[in-house]
Order: sequence, then structure tokens, then C-alpha cells
Amino acid sequence: MQIARVVGTVVATQKNKKLEGAKLMLVQPLTLDDQPKGLALLAIDSVGAGIGEKVLVVIEGKAAGEALGKKAAAVDAAIIGIIDTVDVPA
Amino acid sequence: MQLARVLGEVVSTVKDANLIGMKLLVLQPLAPDGAAAGRTLVALDSVGAGVGENVFFVRGREAAFPFYPAEPPTDAAVVGIVDHWDLE
Repeated sequence: MQIARVVGTVVATQKNKKLEGAKLMLVQPLTLDDQPKGLALLAIDSVGAGIGEKVLVVIEGKAAGEALGKKAAAVDAAIIGIIDTVDVPA
Repeated sequence: MQLARVLGEVVSTVKDANLIGMKLLVLQPLAPDGAAAGRTLVALDSVGAGVGENVFFVRGREAAFPFYPAEPPTDAAVVGIVDHWDLE
């Protein structure tokens, strides 16, 4: 899993059937000190996250499909938690 | 998944039998601000996307799922056409 921040929402009318009803969010992966790391990606949201929130993202197909609750869905990333705090002792 | 813009199409006559009839698109991944970000790639089309459109695509094993029961040998597939996206 990766720590990321939700930076946007995406609207797509024409999409794969298995993705119908899924909420699509743009998420920016973060380092432990909250700096953006790498390219922002699209993840389906299964927990009701909002823009600006820090979230846990799985970037792996099987896990993401399970979060969507559909077998063999064409997804490779999903938000599976909203982060309250991250505590990393120095 | 990632945002991308469709730059073009690829035509291939001699190819894997499981790719026959599939449309191949050249994609440029995009950053949230719409700027090009990262290397271009070729992906299979599952939604009827065309040149100039903004789309999103899936990478990895799951890229073959939209074509079930066919199992094309692909590592990327366009799975949606983006109407618009909103940033904070």
C-alpha cells in the first residue's frame, strides 16, 4: 500500500462496464514527509474519500478488484482507507 | 489507472492471433494539470477512444480483462474516456 493525497475527481461517462458506478479519484503518492512522489494516478474509491484527504492506496490489480467487489474488473489501483495519522518514530 | 491523451493509432498486420481486430492506441500519460508526464506507450482500446481524446488506462494483468473471454497479450488497456476532471 502507498500513502497518497486525493487531489481530484474524474468524470467518465464512456467506460468499461465493470467500472460503472465506481468513483474515480486522482491521487498523488506521497513520501513519509508528505512530499509528492511520482506521477499522480487514478484509483477507484471504495471508502468515500474526499479531495484533500490523505488515504491508503493499493496499487495492484487483484487487491483493487476486491475493493471494487467485482471479479476480473479492469482496475489496478483502489483507495482502501482514509488515514487519520501516520506515526514514524525517528 | 492513469490519465492519458490519445496521440495516435498503431497499425500492425503481423501480430499475435489474440490481437486480431483490436485497436492499438499511442498514449501520452498526463499529470493532473494536463501536461505530458512520462513515456508514451501503446495500449489496447476497449471503449472506442480516438485521437485527441483524454482517457484513462489500466496497466498490468488486468489490462486483458475488458476483452474477456478473449485473452489478448497486453500490459495496458484504455478503459474509459474522460469527460472532465476537477482538482482541489
